[in-house]
Amino acid sequence: MATDTLHHSATDEPHEHHDVAGTKLFGFWVYLMSDLVIFGSLFATYAVLMKGTAAGPSAAEIFELPFVLVETFLLLFSSFTFGMGVLAMNAQRLGQVKAWLAITFVLGAAFVGMEIYEFQHLIHEGYGPDKSAFLSAFFTLVGTHGLHVTFGLIWILVMLIQLYTKGLNDMTRPRILCLSLFWHFLDIVWICVFSFVYLMGVL
Amino acid sequence: MFGKLTLESIPYHEPIIMVVAAIMAIGGIALFGLITYYRKWGWLWNEWFTSVDHKKLGIMYFIVALVMLLRGFSDAIMMRTQLAMAAGDAAGYLPPEHYDQIFTAHGVIMIFFVAMPMVIGLMNLVVPLQIGARDVAFPFLNNLSFWLFAVAAILVNISLVVGEFAKTGWLAYAPLSGIEFSPGVGVDYWIWALQISGIGTTLTGINFFVTILKMRTKGMTMFRMPIFTWTSLCANVLIIASFPILTATIALLTLDRYLGMHFFTNDFGGNMMMYVNLIWAWGHPEVYILILPAFGVFSEVIATFARKRLFGYMTMVWATISITLLSFVVWLHHFFTMGAGANVNAFFGIMTMIIAIPTGVKVFNWLFTMYRGSLELTSPVLWTLGFIITFTIGGMTGVMLAVPAANFVLHNSLFVIAHFHNVIIGGVVFGMMAGLTYWFPKAFGFTLDEKWGKRSFWCWFIGFYVAFMPLYVLAFFGAVRRMQSYANTEWQPWMILAWVGAVIIMLGIACTIIQFWVSIRDRKQNADVTGDPWHGRTLEWSTSSPAPFYNFARLPEVGDIDSFWSQKQRSEEQLEDAPYTDIHMPRNTVAGPVISFFALVIGFALVWHIWWLAGVGAVGVFASFMARVFNDDIDYYVPAAEVERIEREHQLKREQQLGVEAQA
Repeated sequence: MATDTLHHSATDEPHEHHDVAGTKLFGFWVYLMSDLVIFGSLFATYAVLMKGTAAGPSAAEIFELPFVLVETFLLLFSSFTFGMGVLAMNAQRLGQVKAWLAITFVLGAAFVGMEIYEFQHLIHEGYGPDKSAFLSAFFTLVGTHGLHVTFGLIWILVMLIQLYTKGLNDMTRPRILCLSLFWHFLDIVWICVFSFVYLMGVL
Repeated sequence: MFGKLTLESIPYHEPIIMVVAAIMAIGGIALFGLITYYRKWGWLWNEWFTSVDHKKLGIMYFIVALVMLLRGFSDAIMMRTQLAMAAGDAAGYLPPEHYDQIFTAHGVIMIFFVAMPMVIGLMNLVVPLQIGARDVAFPFLNNLSFWLFAVAAILVNISLVVGEFAKTGWLAYAPLSGIEFSPGVGVDYWIWALQISGIGTTLTGINFFVTILKMRTKGMTMFRMPIFTWTSLCANVLIIASFPILTATIALLTLDRYLGMHFFTNDFGGNMMMYVNLIWAWGHPEVYILILPAFGVFSEVIATFARKRLFGYMTMVWATISITLLSFVVWLHHFFTMGAGANVNAFFGIMTMIIAIPTGVKVFNWLFTMYRGSLELTSPVLWTLGFIITFTIGGMTGVMLAVPAANFVLHNSLFVIAHFHNVIIGGVVFGMMAGLTYWFPKAFGFTLDEKWGKRSFWCWFIGFYVAFMPLYVLAFFGAVRRMQSYANTEWQPWMILAWVGAVIIMLGIACTIIQFWVSIRDRKQNADVTGDPWHGRTLEWSTSSPAPFYNFARLPEVGDIDSFWSQKQRSEEQLEDAPYTDIHMPRNTVAGPVISFFALVIGFALVWHIWWLAGVGAVGVFASFMARVFNDDIDYYVPAAEVERIEREHQLKREQQLGVEAQA
């Protein structure tokens, strides 16, 4: 490494040959596509095992659509509030960005809370993931999505801290955009979960 | 407190393991002592371990891969020795449960911890230089990927001394790998080593995909990229699309083993055939992740040493892309016998045979590049010629296996073993040896000794045929894979012949080690002061050897395929008098090694069910990652004056050397 170097801040000079924020966003897109392959594998697994109920219950016997519909609207609405947050960011309104992110967090946390309640309820009834291949596949697919949402929630908290300490700059902006991609991506995955697992399971 | 881990977990009663462990311990202590004696820890940590320089990471990948090659080869020679002995009533010297661990470890180590890091190491070293970039898109992630791979290699080696390794074969087929039939920790070591290194590989795939698409220098359009960069791009697409399947599959097996779920169990509705499908949906693309970059190496080597532009650049690129796509629709040929039905088998059989077409196109491209070229028989060219012959034979036995009817006879026999060593040694190993020799001067500033390189080639080449042709023969006698002993004593002469082959290959490895020693000793005579020792055609040869940490003082411009070659023909020194400018570079980071260390803690703790320790590891990963996220000081500028000083120094060295040569 060079011994004597000048210290520039990342913002005061244009980067010489490539657009760093653009590269980051593109890279994050590619990551999301690889994550989608994980979900694809889990959906395929669920499709293979959904009839493997052994002596346990079938999908129609344990899913409660109204409950899941509330979950779904919480998540869809949180995507809307995150979208508002990004619009506020583009308009340079820091206070509004924080407010929208906080609202998104509450909605997301409510979603995760309901999911944990649903899981706990099922296990309490004796329908845990170790009862049948169908239940294993169900808990794993839905749980993996829930785990992603939980990571998203942690990420929102981290972004809120960074917005308070650093404000909107060349580092926090691309991160909020990546988080936004992540959040909408999870919404799309959830729509597939809702249609493919819950709706098809009950209908 | 320590979960399943007790003092009995260490296999004291196994003399072979204890001797190996003692040798490893002595070697480790000696290395540790030497580094401490020469006070090199600070240098290692600051200049290497925390480095985000893709060239240094590439070198480190190669070093770990070569060390693991020795481990994987020890497994190989132990197996061959066992089989040379254990005919008829003889039991050999390895008990079955140990033999099973050895063939599993051999496969896992050779694929995940030798072939993969060599391929990824070469991509690290070469791709940014070939596309005229100063670094990869995400330098910190690149360092993290390396360390995740390195700690996974450590985890595999820990399994040798603490506990056991899987006895399931390298892909750990369920339900054998389930908790019911493999209650020990061997499969858990397999799970966590692959999971940790697999995440690193996925990150590498994303990183290089973005690097190649976003960081190419001015004028380098997609269809002006060097072939090695093209094959790397396709390999990275395969990594991004296939490694998540491995991650998911191993996660499901983990849930079966740790939480009693029923994905792959025999009862409660589980489906073990799904495991085989999922693992090969990753596994088949995986073999192309390994071989495509090797194809790229051969293309560069042949064009350079035949002094001709590669024959059929466009067909080479499209052949690579076709193989990339086709590699996702052939996985079922690994288990024709499972009973998917005649139509399904026919589809996958035909798709497999179709892959031979673009591969054949490539072989003809290489042949026609040599045709009427002035081929210089350097050691990289020898590796390439050896590859063309060996890989073609391996490809033909592959087409034989692709015929479902024939496959029912050949499945699970030594024919399969001979076939895939035929393509992996003949393709990947020869390719990596060619690439190592070819790009070594770019990494270190001096060329490798040719004499010992050629000796290594001949040992590997002859040794391969002596070791694996008998296996084809034995397969027709009915010998199956993964057997620890056999009743038919007529097989023994062939087994002994195969052992002789393995010993010849061992001589080849020894030649490579001697080659390193001799080359380092003679580095002054073999110094490469021009930066272009082979009269290369692509951009990596336009900068000095070893390349400065910023790669290019001025970013090159490209107007053609093999742009550097045409520039040399027109003898234009590009941008000669343009002033140097400040160069923006990423800072080194401790986050990569620290995060990976905690990942190792998590892996070890989960293997042994030490839950509190896994919690400590998780908190460590999170905290060190947050430290990175909240660190703003991640880049800096190299001032133009510093760049000028480094370039002047290099220029001076070059003129001195040329002056010495002129006097002599």
